[in-house]
Amino acid sequence: MAEIALNAQHDPEAAAAARRYFWRRFLIYAVLALFAVIYLAPLLVVVFNSLREQSDIARNGLISLPRSFRLDAWAQAWGTYCVSGTCEGMKRNFFNSLWMTIPATVISTLLGAMNGYVLSKWRFKGSEILFNLMLLGVFMPGQISLMPWAFLLGKFGLTNSTYGLVLIHVVQGISFTTLFCRNFYVSIPDDLIKAARIDGAGFWRIFRKIILPLSPPILIVTVVWQFTGIWNEYLFGVVFTSGQQQPITAALVALTAGGTTARAYDVMSAAVLIGALPPLLIYLFGGKYFVRGLTQGAIK
Amino acid sequence: MSALMIRDLHKSYGGLEILAGINLEARTGEFVALVGPSGCGKSTLLAMIAGLETVTSGEIWIGDRLVNSVQPKDRDIAMVFQSYALYPTMTVRQNITFGMESRGVPKAEQAEAVKRVAALLQIEQLLNRKPGQLSGGQRQRVAMGRALVRDPKLFLFDEPLSNLDAKLRVDMRTEIKKLHHRVGKTTVYVTHDQVEAMTLASRIAVMNQGSVQQFDTPKRIYDRPTNMFVAGFMGSPAMNFIPARLTGATSIAVRAADGSDATLALAAPLPAGAPKDVVLGVRPEHIYRFTTDLKSRKPAVESMQAPVELVEPTGAETLAVLRLGDLEITGRFEPDDAPVMGETITLGIDMSRACLFDPTTKALL
Repeated sequence: MAEIALNAQHDPEAAAAARRYFWRRFLIYAVLALFAVIYLAPLLVVVFNSLREQSDIARNGLISLPRSFRLDAWAQAWGTYCVSGTCEGMKRNFFNSLWMTIPATVISTLLGAMNGYVLSKWRFKGSEILFNLMLLGVFMPGQISLMPWAFLLGKFGLTNSTYGLVLIHVVQGISFTTLFCRNFYVSIPDDLIKAARIDGAGFWRIFRKIILPLSPPILIVTVVWQFTGIWNEYLFGVVFTSGQQQPITAALVALTAGGTTARAYDVMSAAVLIGALPPLLIYLFGGKYFVRGLTQGAIK
Repeated sequence: MSALMIRDLHKSYGGLEILAGINLEARTGEFVALVGPSGCGKSTLLAMIAGLETVTSGEIWIGDRLVNSVQPKDRDIAMVFQSYALYPTMTVRQNITFGMESRGVPKAEQAEAVKRVAALLQIEQLLNRKPGQLSGGQRQRVAMGRALVRDPKLFLFDEPLSNLDAKLRVDMRTEIKKLHHRVGKTTVYVTHDQVEAMTLASRIAVMNQGSVQQFDTPKRIYDRPTNMFVAGFMGSPAMNFIPARLTGATSIAVRAADGSDATLALAAPLPAGAPKDVVLGVRPEHIYRFTTDLKSRKPAVESMQAPVELVEPTGAETLAVLRLGDLEITGRFEPDDAPVMGETITLGIDMSRACLFDPTTKALL
């Protein structure tokens, strides 16, 4: 091989082909880079603005390279900025979101895993119909259930509370988590369940000892999906909570509706970034598994 | 006492009948094979014995207990699946102890049982591996280990060898046979491979379309199949079916290649009431090259002419396709004495080993 390469004569055709290949690649990467810039530009602008001084923004406009650098806006947005009279920043709303998202994600994922297990491995008369009905929930826009939820939360005394939102997100999320888990569990061979039944394991033992240990790929998918979905959800938050009870997505709007003073674009930018951070982190750490889990069956 | 008794068992899904009145029994220590083409209901029958499928009607007795509505875990059975069904996230050891753990067997006893079974199947060095790290043959052993550790009344095998390659399959077949000799447990073994059934079983139930066609020893099934289905299913190459006509109380005529009739004397007279037209069933190994020496050794051999259309040497034997009327039959010859293509040979058909069938009912006469 090496000898042939060393003794190779200059081949004009091969050189031309290599040049063509280079330019073709170059073009593809250039287009991709352009799109990446377009997608990233808004994020970049917000990041810059969160670090610029308010005067710099006022002088040079919203879209501009930073000529000043400071972290004050972040600190204000987190802890001291005043929204309609209270000067606590986004801190409280951030934790509201966290205490809403974590339990809602965990509970809806566990319920989805249970449902998926029953609907794939313990089928009963009508279980397919039930599954299809649950699937309807996937295609149902959230606003359809606004009125029923208003009624139910009123009945349970859960209006304007994080618990109410947890309940809503658990129920609204079940169709998705069930769909994910059920489709994953279908690919687990039924023989495993039969073998376990002969081995004397019951419904719960099979779930704990056989199904759950096989589940990490799909559980990561549902957790990433549910966490980002619930964290970013806005409609229920803004309708059913107010003031100090609001999750951060709803509170951000209150920030912009601030009042008579000049708009603090630096603080707003920082607040938006604080609100976007957790899903971003989740995706950064879980994204790889997310893609893998979506395409992978239970047993290789 | 029989370890397994099945009485008039029916299974249907909606209007579709899968099993139509199965009667079967296995004596203690016996090895019963259920064999038949795919879709004949053999696996459903096994699943019903295991308790994984419900019974539509009929009775299943294991030992002296009616188990129709008993849970699988309480039936005192162990099962080996075609896919092995090893728990993928557990080690081999955990796979083997899973059942004992479910039943609350003390740890010390579990360890003892694992040791015994691992030694029996020579899988000691695999105990800490996961199923994904094992070869097909090793998985097969582990699956058997998981069943053996139970010491059950009844062993159920659902096509355990069909995922192995040809050579390994023959090796494992021998091992299963040895194992059964050593352990002596009553076994029900489902397979679609008639050779597996013949080599392993003490009795074979040949199934077709949801019913047992014949339940008998391998030899009886091979020599005296009750109908043309059993005759055609058991044996490879399959039995030749040659249309024939009765020409007297003890003779039949078959059409030769040139259109003339060849008369063959029967080894035994047909029962009264036999139809005029019959089907002569001859296994390939009961077709010879005719010699006077052969006739003196096997007096029931009858001769006729047949051209040789094709010769297939396999090494151990040579198969020859012979023309008879407008049909082709297969004969099995010694390689040294095999006919050559294009030759017309004088066949010797051993009529004492031949079967006669009724062409309308397909039953043995």
